[in-house]
Amino acid sequence: MAILEVNDLKQYFYINPGLLAKLLGGKQPSVIKAVDGMTFSLEAGEIIGLAGESGCGKSTACLAIAKLRELTGGIVHYKGKDIAQMTKSEVKDYRRQVQIIFQDPYESLNPRFTAFDIVAEPLRALNIGDRLEVSERVLKTLELVGLKPVEYKDRYPHQMSGGERQRVGIASALVLEPELVIADEPLSMLDVSIRAGILDLIRDLSDRMNFTCIYVSHDLSILSNISERLMIMYLGQLMEMGSTRDVITDPLHPYAQALISAVPIPDPAYKRPIPNIKGEISQPIDPPPGCRFQTRCLKMMDICCSDDPLMKEVKPGHFVACHLY
Amino acid sequence: MLLRIKNLRTHYRISDGIVKAVDGVSLYIKEDEVFGLAGESGCGKSTLIRTIMRLIPQTAIVSADEMSFRGQDLLSFSDKEYRDQILWGEISLVPQSAMNSLNPVYRVGNQIVEALQAHTDITKSEAMDRTERLFKGVGLQPQLTRNYPHEFSGGMRQRAMIAMSLALDPSLIIMDEPTTGLDVLVQERILRELKEIRKKKKTPTSIFLITHDISVIAEMSDRIGIMYAGRIMEQADALELFNEPYHPYTLGLKNAFPSIRALDRELISIPGSPPNLLEDIPGCLFAFRCPFVIPECREARPPDLEVKPDHFVACIRTDHVEAFRKLAGDKKTWQSSKSTT
Amino acid sequence: MKLETIKEFFLSQYRIIISNRFGIFGGVIILFFCLVGLFAPLIAPHQPWDMLRDAAGKLAILQAPSLQFPMGTTAMGRDIFSQMVFATRTTVIIGLVSGMISILIGANMGLLSGYYGGKLDEILMRFTDIIYGMPFLPFLIVLIALFGRSLWFVIIAICCIVWRTSARVIRAQTLAIKQRQFILAARARGCSNFRIIYGHIMPNIMPLLLLYTAFNIAWSVLAEAGASFLGFGDPNNLSWGGMLYNLWISGKIRTAWWWFAPPAICIVLLVSALVFVSRAYEEAANPRLRQR
Repeated sequence: MAILEVNDLKQYFYINPGLLAKLLGGKQPSVIKAVDGMTFSLEAGEIIGLAGESGCGKSTACLAIAKLRELTGGIVHYKGKDIAQMTKSEVKDYRRQVQIIFQDPYESLNPRFTAFDIVAEPLRALNIGDRLEVSERVLKTLELVGLKPVEYKDRYPHQMSGGERQRVGIASALVLEPELVIADEPLSMLDVSIRAGILDLIRDLSDRMNFTCIYVSHDLSILSNISERLMIMYLGQLMEMGSTRDVITDPLHPYAQALISAVPIPDPAYKRPIPNIKGEISQPIDPPPGCRFQTRCLKMMDICCSDDPLMKEVKPGHFVACHLY
Repeated sequence: MLLRIKNLRTHYRISDGIVKAVDGVSLYIKEDEVFGLAGESGCGKSTLIRTIMRLIPQTAIVSADEMSFRGQDLLSFSDKEYRDQILWGEISLVPQSAMNSLNPVYRVGNQIVEALQAHTDITKSEAMDRTERLFKGVGLQPQLTRNYPHEFSGGMRQRAMIAMSLALDPSLIIMDEPTTGLDVLVQERILRELKEIRKKKKTPTSIFLITHDISVIAEMSDRIGIMYAGRIMEQADALELFNEPYHPYTLGLKNAFPSIRALDRELISIPGSPPNLLEDIPGCLFAFRCPFVIPECREARPPDLEVKPDHFVACIRTDHVEAFRKLAGDKKTWQSSKSTT
Repeated sequence: MKLETIKEFFLSQYRIIISNRFGIFGGVIILFFCLVGLFAPLIAPHQPWDMLRDAAGKLAILQAPSLQFPMGTTAMGRDIFSQMVFATRTTVIIGLVSGMISILIGANMGLLSGYYGGKLDEILMRFTDIIYGMPFLPFLIVLIALFGRSLWFVIIAICCIVWRTSARVIRAQTLAIKQRQFILAARARGCSNFRIIYGHIMPNIMPLLLLYTAFNIAWSVLAEAGASFLGFGDPNNLSWGGMLYNLWISGKIRTAWWWFAPPAICIVLLVSALVFVSRAYEEAANPRLRQR
């Protein structure tokens, strides 16, 4: 049963030109198409990776799915229910079931709250449990993320290291026992030697607590280690989707091929191929019709400038949005 | 020998005591080579760079058995001599977050022209010419010299900083986390162009590359040093360090990095966190995180042992390295430590 | 709020104030005045309105300080020392109450305006601008003339104006905090807007809030002194400014220095003490000094 179905998700932002530009130049408001037609579905219990460079819209998509931003277009079904059509109490329920782990452990914790307060806050905000229950759950969750409750519950963020803070952040997301967790680059601000530990924690908890996870990252090395399926995003659209092994060992989309060949390998003996790509990443402002990748693709054809490529299943379980297929 | 450092110590005096940020670093960089220094935050690499560039505050205490550049003792230079003769002319720096090091109110080209004119006798038009050529060399269009920093993307700004560091044709460029924060495609391009620049240059330039990203170090370096808590734990030729690592910290790091070419490898993190450099810790600073620690490790600082030609390790248990290499690949070995990260 | 947190709160405030020399000095003075005000009936030998006679039986008019009258007497034969003691009570009450109420108004305006933005922000800030445009004392006088001259109306009139600065400043700070990721995290965890404003944002602007509380009290004291001096104070509750008013209308301001000095010095002292305490808060609010 698909727990999450995202259909043609759109997140547009409109920039109004100045009054003068409107009067003199007749300029229309510009549109930033941060997310432009994202479609995918998630089965319960799987960990799916969402890869893309900065500015591709992955974080924006996450905020929309988590209902922290209004959808400009498209429909998101969670357990069959349209999230845009929820009543107030249904939204409260949604918050309990869908949570986010944030990227920056130095910014995502309230500096005036103790670790206990931070982890207890979701329960208190949603009025779950009395004082005793809250205390029990908080201490249990702190233990679960590897922080000894006795040591950590009264500590403030500035008294903890980056790794410890991130664990508190994870605890505050998981204390509600959510069913869908969106992890937005949780490791990128941590020291490299402790990343493995936090990654293991997320993987382990996903098994134990049986939640589905969307792991967002620009780091393909990390995604290759944790996600079972992988989606590659560029300028607001999904380019390729499939099992992690398939996408990484046999990328079909020119962007995916370039991206994967650009990932540095911790092995001095390995000679990486040069990525087949030209130009620089552009902004998703007023994009031209056709494939988003047209300005950088070395295999571009005429049709790429006019028609949006559709996501096709080229191999079993392996989807690409490209006119080459 | 381009740069030779023996037993460098930089200690900061603060109200609570003395922070031994760099505590006995020995390394050398040859002509025309890339030396990669791998180290996490807090290992002292920033202090090391600042000590070499003389950017440390007056309250810092610097001492070394040797710190020489082409045989000249760097410590004997006065500040003015250092600025005139060494900085930018012989050793230049691409600082961390270089993208934010450009003055936003001046055109990018002018900033380089200024630096050129401050250090050499060339005219302004000659300086502009040189700047445009430098831009071409790093893959930026020459007309971009007339733009302002905010009109550049992160990758372009980084390239502009690299151009600036090349301006006076130094023999050594220190690059502090040159690609951190950049997307992987941009990073790949910059690193590739860096290799091209070195190949095309008439005069050889060495690069002292400092980063926490082991993959970048593996791709770029001829020789590698692993820094931890103010010391170099292991130093060797790049291939040799990866194929025959000796130090337990190196062994730990190898398993902590995921790779897209090793999809099924289990990641192992090193428990604990780096020590507080304020405290006086006897013995090896990695001891309390090391799964192979014995009581002797905590008695005295391990000396730099040359286990193979040009391969130095700061560990007293190198004779057991074969066993350690096998054990390090097993997660249970590292879980013996109870501390959390 | 839990009892422990209230106790912790006062303890932390105490620590902030004594951490700084200015803070200690200011704190002691404020405490002194508060105590005098509290125990006024016990300290003052006479009632402020008692017209007294000296040893010879004559009305003790305009007497310089003596053993009998330590601060001398007024033109109507009243003991200045007693007047000062009771006036301290009035001034301190007006200052504290007005200060507290105005910071409540200002803080809430700032928080709501900064957090919600949009139309609410526009309306509230336009209103604040209008109040800002009003000249302080004349506006105050008009309000007192409208409301009346009793103690409570004076307090209300002062409250109507003093909140304006804190509203702007707190709004700015709220805007800055609103952007930070832990506020987004709070929303994601299910917090209502109310909870976010008062539970998440407010604790982070506490140092600023307390700073402006001290300022607001200081401005209230000054406002009251000014209005009373011009004759718009409460005739039944004498304040320091009121004493100066009486002195002024008696025509003896040039000669009766013993009548002039105490109220004037005390006004300066109290306001300075409040500013010193706020300096201690300023240091505490400065993130550079906060432990990381």
